[in-house]
Amino acid sequence: MYEHDVIVVGGGGAGLRAAIAAQEEGADVAIVTKLHPVRSHTGAAEGGINAALREGDDWELHAYDTMKGSDYLGDAPAIETLAQDAPEEVFQIEHWGMPFSREEDGRVSQRPFGGLSFPRTTYAGAETGHHLLHTMYEQVVKRGIQVYDEWYVMDLAVTDEETPEDRSCHGIVAYDVQSGEIAGFKANDGVILATGGPGQAFDHTTNAVACTGDGYAMAYRAGVPMEDMEFVQFHPTTLPSTGVLISEGVRGEGGILYNADGERFMFEHGYANNDGELASRDVVSRAELTEVNAGRGFEDEYVMLDMRHLGEERIVDRLENILHLAEDFEGVDGLKEPMPVKPGQHYEMGGIETDENGHTCIDGLYAAGETACVSVHGANRLGGNALPELIVFGARAGTHAAGGDLGEAQIETGERGDIEYDDTELPYQPGEVGMDTGGVAADGGAVAADADAVVEREVEAQRERVATLMERDEGVQHSQIRADLQKTMTKNVNVFREEEGLKQALRDIREIREAYQDVYVDDPSRTFNTDLQQTIETRNLIDVAETITLGALVRTEFRGAHWRAEHQERKDDEWLKHTLVGWNDGDPTIFYRPTILEGENKTYEPKERSY
Amino acid sequence: MSTQVPESETETETEAEPAGESHQERRMAEKAAKREYRDAEKKAEAELRAAEESVHLKVFRYDPEVEDKQEPRFDDFYVPYTKGMTVLDALMYARDHYDSSLTFRHSCRQAVCGSDAMFVNGRQRLCCKTQLSEMAEPVRIEPLPHQDVVKDLVVDMEHFYDQMHAVEPYFQSEDVPKEEQRQSRENREKIKMSTRCIWCGACMSSCNIAAGDNEYLGPAAINKAYRFYMDEREDEEELKEHRLRILEQEHGVWRCQTQFSCTEVCPKDIPLTEHIQELKREAVKNNLKFW
Ligand SMILES: Cc1cc2nc3c(=O)[nH]c(=O)nc-3n(C[C@H](O)[C@H](O)[C@H](O)COP(=O)(O)OP(=O)(O)OC[C@H]3O[C@@H](n4cnc5c(N)ncnc54)[C@H](O)[C@@H]3O)c2cc1C
Ligand code: SF4
Ligand code: FES
Repeated sequence: MYEHDVIVVGGGGAGLRAAIAAQEEGADVAIVTKLHPVRSHTGAAEGGINAALREGDDWELHAYDTMKGSDYLGDAPAIETLAQDAPEEVFQIEHWGMPFSREEDGRVSQRPFGGLSFPRTTYAGAETGHHLLHTMYEQVVKRGIQVYDEWYVMDLAVTDEETPEDRSCHGIVAYDVQSGEIAGFKANDGVILATGGPGQAFDHTTNAVACTGDGYAMAYRAGVPMEDMEFVQFHPTTLPSTGVLISEGVRGEGGILYNADGERFMFEHGYANNDGELASRDVVSRAELTEVNAGRGFEDEYVMLDMRHLGEERIVDRLENILHLAEDFEGVDGLKEPMPVKPGQHYEMGGIETDENGHTCIDGLYAAGETACVSVHGANRLGGNALPELIVFGARAGTHAAGGDLGEAQIETGERGDIEYDDTELPYQPGEVGMDTGGVAADGGAVAADADAVVEREVEAQRERVATLMERDEGVQHSQIRADLQKTMTKNVNVFREEEGLKQALRDIREIREAYQDVYVDDPSRTFNTDLQQTIETRNLIDVAETITLGALVRTEFRGAHWRAEHQERKDDEWLKHTLVGWNDGDPTIFYRPTILEGENKTYEPKERSY
Repeated sequence: MSTQVPESETETETEAEPAGESHQERRMAEKAAKREYRDAEKKAEAELRAAEESVHLKVFRYDPEVEDKQEPRFDDFYVPYTKGMTVLDALMYARDHYDSSLTFRHSCRQAVCGSDAMFVNGRQRLCCKTQLSEMAEPVRIEPLPHQDVVKDLVVDMEHFYDQMHAVEPYFQSEDVPKEEQRQSRENREKIKMSTRCIWCGACMSSCNIAAGDNEYLGPAAINKAYRFYMDEREDEEELKEHRLRILEQEHGVWRCQTQFSCTEVCPKDIPLTEHIQELKREAVKNNLKFW
C-alpha cells in the first residue's frame, strides 16, 4: 500500500494546482493520473483566463458578469471567491513563467470575451491551456512532488455508514497501466478528485478521449450528489469527423454559416435577425441542428462555415491556426473551401457538489476543476471562466485538504440544510441493476474499522472486479456499449430535449446497464491493457450519463444551455435552485437546494437574459 | 457464461500481484483459442472490405505477455475510408471493430497532448494530425524508433521525461507576487516557438545522436532549456551560468551534429536545430568571458 498525506487524482490544471497548494501547506502530496500530466486535456484550451487585473475593472464586476452569464444559477459565495482570488492566481502563474501575450509596456495582455463587461481575459496566443498546463507541471517538477503517471484510479476507499454525510474517504485504489498492478493508496489527510470532464458520454465532443467522467462516477457512487448535471455546454462550430474546435474567432471575423440550400440560415430562417452568426453559442447550436433536422444539412449531419470571402491576407493574419486545424483534422483547405461544422459537446457545467473549499459532503474527499461543481458556472459558463476556476479552486482544495485555514464555507453540501425532495415519475422503477462489475465504493455493508482496512477492502473488491472482467470469454465489448450510450445521449439529451426523448434515454441507459453486466475484456494481457481501462471507463460514463439525463428530465424550464421543448421559459419562481442527484445504492434520489444569490456586499437580482 | 471468480491466492495476497500463474496461463490459452476463431472471421470480413473503399493498414504488434504476440509481427487491417479520416481515426476504428487488444496512446485528437507520435510510413508523425489521404498504401504504422516498446505501438517514455527533467525545466524565483513581471513583446516572440513543445518525443526518436548516446540530452530537453535561458524574466547571471553548465556538459549541446532531423519531424514546427545552435554560441560567449 502506498501512503501520502494528500492524494490528488488527475494531473490537469486543477490537479497540478491543488498539489502545489497542498505541498506549500506542508503536506506530503502525490498526484495519481491516468495520463502523464502534460497530456491532460487542459492543454487544449485556447481562449484565455478571466481575471480582474486592471484599473477600471474589479472583482465585483467579474462576479456580476459571471452571475448574469450563469443565468442566476451560480452561487454567490463561489462566484465571488472566483473573482476575488483570480488576479493573485494569474500573477502567480506569470511568476512561474507562463508566457502570456504582452502589451507594449510588457504587462500581460487582456482581451474582450463574450459576456464580459471589461476586456479581462488574459491569454497566451491561442494556446493558453497548453502553457498553463506546462507551466504548472514545471512547478510540480521543481518541488519534487511525486507523480504516479499512467496509473488509472478505479475507485475511492470510503467508509460505508448509512448516510454519506457520516462517511469518510481514506484513499483510492488504482492500477498501474504499464504493469497491471492493482494497489491501494492511503491518504492521511484527503483525496482530491481533479479528473476533468465527461465529454465521451456524447459521440461528438471537443473533449479528449480520456475525458470519461471517472471522477464524477467515483464520487457519485461513494455518496456525493451530482449537482446541475443537465447543464451541458455545446459548441456550435466543431469539425464533424473529430470534434476539433473551430474557434468562435472565425464568426467574430465575419465567417458565414450556410445550409445545403445555400441559405444563410441564421438570418434567412430568422434564428437571430440581429446578431446572425454571432448570436450566443446555444442559439447557434440550436439553429444548426434545426436546419439539419429539417433536411437542409449536408449529409444529414452538418452545415458549412465559410471564411473564404475574408481574403487570404486577413485569414492568414488572424485565423492561421484555423487553416491548420481544418487541413490537418478534416482535410479541408479553408482558403479554397468552406469548412463543415456541427455542434459538439464542449463543457459540463455541473459536477461533484463541493463548497468553496472544494470539500464534498464526505469527510476527506475533495473535488476541483471541471469535474467539480462549486457552482460558478450555473446554467451557462462564460468563455475564459473555466481556467481561473481550475487554479482558484484547485489551490483552495489543496490548501484545505492539507489542513490550511480558509474559513468556514458558506455553501452547504449533501442532504443538509434547506433542501426539498423531488417526486417526478421516472420511466422505470429505479433500483439497482446487479452491480457486480461496477466497483461500488460504499455499498452499505459493514463499516470497516480503520483507514488501512477501508483501503484494503477496496483493493480486494477491485481485484475481484478485474478478475471477473478478464475471466469472461464472451459477452459484449465496451466499444459497443459506449457507442450505444453515446448514440442515445446524442439523440435525446443533446442541444434539444423533449420529455419523451429524455425518458427514452433513461430507458436506454437502463438497458445499457443491463448489457454492461455481460461486458468482457478480450485482451488477456496485463501490460498496458487499454481494453480493460476503457471497459471500466465505460461503466463510469453510464453513471454520469444517467445523472445528466435525470437532471434534464426533472428540470422543467428553459435556462442557459438547458432547452426543453415543452418548457420554453425560465421559471424563476420555481427553479432558482440546484438539481442534486444522489446515488443511494443505485436508486437515485433527486433533491434541490436553493441558489445562493446573496453576495458579500449585495444580492444579485435575476434579470431576463436577452439574445 | 462467466466462470466463478477466484481465488484463495488473491485473497491472502497483500501486495499487488493479481491472479496466480497457472490461472493466468489457462486464461490466456482459452483466449488464444477464441482469438484464432475470431481472427478467421475477421480475415473474411477484411477481405470483403478490401473490395469496398478501404484503407490498408499494416500495424506493428508486440506484447511481452501474450504468447502469440511475443514475436513481433505486422497485422493487416482494412478500414473503411471516410473523408477527412486521420491515421488515428483508422487505428481507433481497427481497435473498436476488429481487435480490442490493439494498443496505442492517444487522447486529445488535436495535436496538443503529444501522446500519439508514431512511425508512420517511415517517419515520426502525430497520428491525429496525419490525413490518411496523404499516405501511400499500405499505411505502415510502427512505434517510435529507438525507444523500448512496451506493447504494440506504445513506447516507454521514461527516458524522454528524465532528459526533460534533467535541464531543470522551471523558473527558479520564489517570491509571492503582487503584480506581474514585465516581459517585452520581442522577448516573448523570441521564446514563443520554444514554448510550443508538447513532449511528443518525435524529435528524440529521429535523432541519430540520441540513438547512439543514451545520455545525450536531446533536442526537446535542450529546447526546453532554451526556453528558460532566453526568457528575460529570469535574469540573474548566476542562474544563466548554471543553465549553461548543464547544457555544456559532455552529453549536452556539443553532441548535436546539426543534422536537422529533429526540426524536420517536429509537429509543432519548432526550429530545434537553430535553438541548439544558438545555445552553442551562448556557451562560447560565456567561456570567452571567463578567460
Ligand atoms: C477545446 C477546448 C477549449 C477550451 N478553451 C477554454 C478557454 O479558452 N478558457 C477556459 O477558461 N476554458 C476553456 N476550456 C475548458 C477548460 O479547458 C477545461 O474545463 C479544463 O481544462 C479542465 O481541466 P481539469 O484540470 O479539470 O481536467 P483535465 O485537464 O481534463 O485533467 C484531467 C486529469 O485527470 C486525469 N484522470 C481522469 N480520470 C482519471 C482516473 N480515473 N484516474 C487517474 N487519473 C484520471 C487525467 O489523466 C488528467 O490528468 C476549453 C475546453 C476545451 C475542450
Ligand atoms: S520539440 Fe517538437 S518533436 Fe520534440 S518533443 Fe517537442 S513537440 Fe515533439
Ligand atoms: S492525440 Fe493528442 S497529440 Fe495526437
